[in-house]
Amino acid sequence: MDGMDNPTPGAARPAPQPAPAPTIVLVGHGMVGQRFLEALADRGVAGRARVVVLCEEPRPAYDRVHLTSYFSAGARPDDLALVPEGFMARYGIELHLGDPAVAVDRAARTVTARSGLVVRYDTLVLATGSYPFVPPVPGRDAEGCFVYRTIEDLLAIEAYAAGARTGTVVGGGLLGLEAAGALKGLGLRTHVVEFAPRLMPVQVDEGGGKALRRTVEALGVQVHTGVGTQEITAGPDGKVAAMALSDGSELPTDLVVFSAGVRPRDELARACGLPVGERGGIVVDAACRTADPAVYAIGECALAADGRVYGLVAPGYEMAEAAAAGIAGAEASFTGADLSTKLKLLGVDVASFGDAHGAAEGCLDVLYSDPRAGIYRKLVVAPDGTLLGGVLVGDVESYGVLRPLTGTVPPVAPEHLVLPAGAGAPVAFGPAALPDAAVICSCHNVAKGAIRAAVAEQGCTTAAEVGRCTRAGTGCGSCAKVLGQLVDTELAAAGIAVDKGLCRCFAQTRAELYETVLALRITSYRELLDRHGRPEARGGEGCEVCKPTVASILASLAPTIGLSGHVLDAGQAALQDTNDHFLANMQKNGSYSVVPRIPGGEITPEKLIVIGEVARDFGLYTKITGGQRIDLFGARVEQLPRIWARLVAAGFESGHAYGKALRTVKSCVGSAWCRYGVQDSVRMAIDLELRYRGLRSPHKLKSAVSGCARECAEAQSKDFGVIATAAGWNLYVGGNGGATPRHADLLAKDLSDAELVRLIDRFLMFYIRTAERLERTSVWLERIGLDHVRDVVVHDSLGICAELEQLMADHVAGYRDEWADTLDDPERLRRFVSFVNAPDTPDPTVRFVPERGQIKPLLPLTVIS
Amino acid sequence: MTAPAAPGSVQLLLPGGWFTACPVGALEPGRGVAVLLPEDAQAALFLDSAGAVHAIGNIDPFTGAAVLSHGLLGSAAGRPYVASPLLKQRFDLATGRCLDDEAASVPAYPARVVG
Ligand SMILES: Cc1cc2nc3c(=O)[nH]c(=O)nc-3n(C[C@H](O)[C@H](O)[C@H](O)COP(=O)(O)OP(=O)(O)OC[C@H]3O[C@@H](n4cnc5c(N)ncnc54)[C@H](O)[C@@H]3O)c2cc1C
Repeated sequence: MDGMDNPTPGAARPAPQPAPAPTIVLVGHGMVGQRFLEALADRGVAGRARVVVLCEEPRPAYDRVHLTSYFSAGARPDDLALVPEGFMARYGIELHLGDPAVAVDRAARTVTARSGLVVRYDTLVLATGSYPFVPPVPGRDAEGCFVYRTIEDLLAIEAYAAGARTGTVVGGGLLGLEAAGALKGLGLRTHVVEFAPRLMPVQVDEGGGKALRRTVEALGVQVHTGVGTQEITAGPDGKVAAMALSDGSELPTDLVVFSAGVRPRDELARACGLPVGERGGIVVDAACRTADPAVYAIGECALAADGRVYGLVAPGYEMAEAAAAGIAGAEASFTGADLSTKLKLLGVDVASFGDAHGAAEGCLDVLYSDPRAGIYRKLVVAPDGTLLGGVLVGDVESYGVLRPLTGTVPPVAPEHLVLPAGAGAPVAFGPAALPDAAVICSCHNVAKGAIRAAVAEQGCTTAAEVGRCTRAGTGCGSCAKVLGQLVDTELAAAGIAVDKGLCRCFAQTRAELYETVLALRITSYRELLDRHGRPEARGGEGCEVCKPTVASILASLAPTIGLSGHVLDAGQAALQDTNDHFLANMQKNGSYSVVPRIPGGEITPEKLIVIGEVARDFGLYTKITGGQRIDLFGARVEQLPRIWARLVAAGFESGHAYGKALRTVKSCVGSAWCRYGVQDSVRMAIDLELRYRGLRSPHKLKSAVSGCARECAEAQSKDFGVIATAAGWNLYVGGNGGATPRHADLLAKDLSDAELVRLIDRFLMFYIRTAERLERTSVWLERIGLDHVRDVVVHDSLGICAELEQLMADHVAGYRDEWADTLDDPERLRRFVSFVNAPDTPDPTVRFVPERGQIKPLLPLTVIS
Repeated sequence: MTAPAAPGSVQLLLPGGWFTACPVGALEPGRGVAVLLPEDAQAALFLDSAGAVHAIGNIDPFTGAAVLSHGLLGSAAGRPYVASPLLKQRFDLATGRCLDDEAASVPAYPARVVG
């Protein structure tokens, strides 16, 4: 391929500096390490200095705080990623994954990595975090013993749990309860063994511990407090079998997770002679410098100037900011942080803040407890009324308001702050009552005043926008609720109505625009914007949100409103998203993919050979997809027409992989071949795919047909899925894979072929008509309710079914292959050039390197791994 | 670069003078094209719906890919911008400044249609 042997530096790399740039080496790419890099970038240092990162884990920094969402919310490792896309490349940061530092030579100022790499530094920053402490009990190395700290730990636990029935967590602290929740979620009978007399001894007091225990036990987790683990016994196969407890009892268990605290990873610092604390932790001053002024330590590995090692992320972030400030030549210091926490553990809300244990002299407790509801609230108050801290279990609604009030005398008496609403609290007490100086987001230290300013002065109208402006709410997320309330209060105060409009150009929702286009037979974006757009947007350029949305509505309704169906025709072409505009999907290096339709996943040997030949002749990467077709990657824009000419000649047509449109209808082999099949699922899948091909919709649509109840085609994870029964077909709707999987709901049973098609017609058209932009059927169905959808499409409660069917009939009759039509039209083909002034010159930045016998993109600045 | 350009040509101002890219008729309102500049550099050239031409660097600084010419145009407070097709950051067509990240920008080239 072009340029394959020519890995030139990228255009985004900063211009070479006249003087040699100083080198900053970061050891450890965890949460705090990444925050440090962002702080360097914010201060403009990352562009000027050479920054090298040694990362022990096999992946870049991720959100350890939300690790458990991997189990609880189905997050995939990538969803936890913390590094903004393109971040490393933009600042030219060299990231070495899976290559830990093994030695530091402070005299020579070098760091040696396990791979043998030696980097000279001007400044060294240690952000090595902690390791889980495993108490020295006999048997702790048996197979089936784990810790809970990294994504790799989770993957190992998950794999092992598949063959286990009981799991035990050693340690009933914050992390122990998270781990217990994870084991429960994996379907294990779960025990927690805690040495202290209560759960979460560090965060909650005795009363709170009791409330917590009741709720945790009600969830089916067995709690053993006041007992220690004495030995872990393994079976003859070397795998964990039981645990002996200090009260003489034995707890049979297949799996053990140690969660007995963490210890700072200060081994590198010790080995190079930097002072560490008696109980571990690299000694640093308020500027986060170690005894060697060229070396900093931040995060959980550091022993801060106040003599503490902090095991929470917010203080780590403050240290990262302090170190970056110091390196940039500014002043900043970290002198200690507040240990407030708010968590949801096993579904139980727990919060503690300030002086939760009432350690201050002369302080008083104000208590409210409702054991039946599992609610416990305690505030610690000084004799003069100053709020010092508190513990909340079961209902932490008031945390967002109470924590910022810590250190002040609250505007209402403390008993009103712990009593349940309606039980005599005289004033509505919301975030509006907080002073401007109150810190709302403690992870990023954002005060109420800054949030108000973001709304009033910077024009933010949503919590997400405020987050982008101020970072509030983008850490642990515990302030999200208060933040939302504050934004709404501020907007209301400023007289700004909360806007449900599609974008800055239209005040209507997508569904409202659809109705407008249909009712008034509007056929152009210009007309819609100039007549129905927001006054300030009329006559303007529009934006990247509404253009593709309107393009999709026009395409869905094209035959009905009397518009050419082709997305590249005058007036429509300029609106299309880049992918629709080139009838191909743009990939990360600016090349495109080519995806021919293979209805139902059925393909003849001749067609398979054509795909192979085309891929070979154009040097494309080929991959079989989950949708039972073959994607070809790495086409340059000027090659697309030639590639498609070959495919169309062989009988292929567009697969619409680039559009918010029907993608594929998967199938199993069905009754033609399978001895279990009860209906011909392949034929039905092909019929459905050909019927709905090219249908533009608010989001992509996926489907599948299974030939029997064994469900090999996974129809219940699709937008519409069909499963054969002895009597016909069952139709499921609203399923989804992806980050938030959803099982589809049964819409109707035992349908004939004709009934099935009619119901799908209505369902799809009702979705297209009423869904919001980029709203998948799953989300739409949850929003408007399955019963409502069934009433409308099965029982015709709105009397619109005939119209929905007619719209679909128009679509089916009007379908034409977009690629064949494009190849026939010189005007449409004009856009497929690399450069307007050099149409056939390949874009020199589109480059590939070989991998496993195929190509892969070479990015101008590939992250070094 | 010194030969007089035909009327209706679009030109970009480079350090060495006006560079002729293409006839204005080659542009589609609301979209862009890539222009190959001397020394393998490239620009993204756009025609907005009001008929004005704009040119900025074609390389998206967030990904290093030469794709800005394939992005969608929009306007914010009356100023036209292009949204990168990869990660959707917006770039002001007059200045090349990224509207979503102050630290990022691309070159901006004055552009004109020869009368
Ligand atoms: C399940 C779980 C839930 C949590 N929940 C919360 C919460 O709700 N609130 C909260 O505030 N905190 C929570 N924490 C704690 C929080 O994750 C830590 O405080 C935070 O991650 C500390 O960041 P760090 O960068 O100091 O350490 P880490 O994120 O641990 O990163 C250190 C990195 O350095 C690497 N490293 C170590 N030695 C070397 C070497 N020699 N060379 C190269 N790399 C090295 C490690 O592999 C690691 O990737 C939780 C932690 C866990 C495990």
